[in-house]
Amino acid sequence: MNFLTQPWPWYVAGPLIGLMVPFLLLMGNKAFGISSSLRHICAACIPTKAKFFQYDWKAESWNLVFALGMVIGGLIAGYFLRDPNPIQLSESAIESMNALGIKDYSGLIPSEIFSFSSLLTLKGFILIVVGGFLVGFGTRYAGGCTSGHAIMGMSNLQFPSLVATCCFFAGGLLMTWVILPFIMKL
Amino acid sequence: MKNLKFLFLGTLFGFILIKAEVISWFRIQEMFRFQSFHMYGIICSAIVVGMISVFLIKKFNVKTFSGEEIKIAPKEFNKGNIFGGLMFGLGWAMTGACPGPLYALIGSGLLIVAVILISAVFGTYVYGVFRDKLPH
Repeated sequence: MNFLTQPWPWYVAGPLIGLMVPFLLLMGNKAFGISSSLRHICAACIPTKAKFFQYDWKAESWNLVFALGMVIGGLIAGYFLRDPNPIQLSESAIESMNALGIKDYSGLIPSEIFSFSSLLTLKGFILIVVGGFLVGFGTRYAGGCTSGHAIMGMSNLQFPSLVATCCFFAGGLLMTWVILPFIMKL
Repeated sequence: MKNLKFLFLGTLFGFILIKAEVISWFRIQEMFRFQSFHMYGIICSAIVVGMISVFLIKKFNVKTFSGEEIKIAPKEFNKGNIFGGLMFGLGWAMTGACPGPLYALIGSGLLIVAVILISAVFGTYVYGVFRDKLPH
């Protein structure tokens, strides 16, 4: 039971994530990727004339079902089998995030930024709403996310995926080291 | 209900993401600050396992469980890989989440993450509307 409530080390979690690639291929000839689900949600829910959303999204419904499964998995692991201890971060990371003004490390994400009351502040709005927009716009523009490009694409030795993954990191580094300190001061 | 197996697999994946802590904003910060091996270990070992799997599937011409030939569509290079990749990278460090973790976090009870998801859906929608005007 401990194994189900405790966090897993990287050498257990990483290979299990990698196994999603052959599981999906063997179970239904599906390429691992999550961000496409955002496109399917648009095609299914938003009435639009944009050509990008004129396709048979129902043929891709497995992707939405997979996403729904992830919500259930999150409920089981993050709610019912929740590890009561805070995440074991490195001391240097805590020091750096203290400097950004973060104090609460008890949850999976910092409550100072990600809460409904923070949503009404400029800092919270930028990180939650603008950040979310960039995730949705960027992944579709790039043709995939961490799963579709970094894991599936790289597994299949795709050069565009290598480029995209490097750009994911470049963008993340730019935000973390240059822009985020300014946003956190707002 | 041929999609039921994907519901199960998605549940497993969401479970793993939470247990791996890759859904944590703290872990993503730690990664971009090079202050822990955790995230790098996960991403790299996942890629290695995926690579070996794809290699074996191709080498031995493994079929799907229902006997179909396995086909993986190649990714075509375009400038979006760069511009879109940079944009997603910015958003990844802001929200601490890629699309997958958004679903798992909502499941864990963090309803504020649904706002990030709605915003991400809107981002995808705006991309779709302006797609023809963007450099690719």
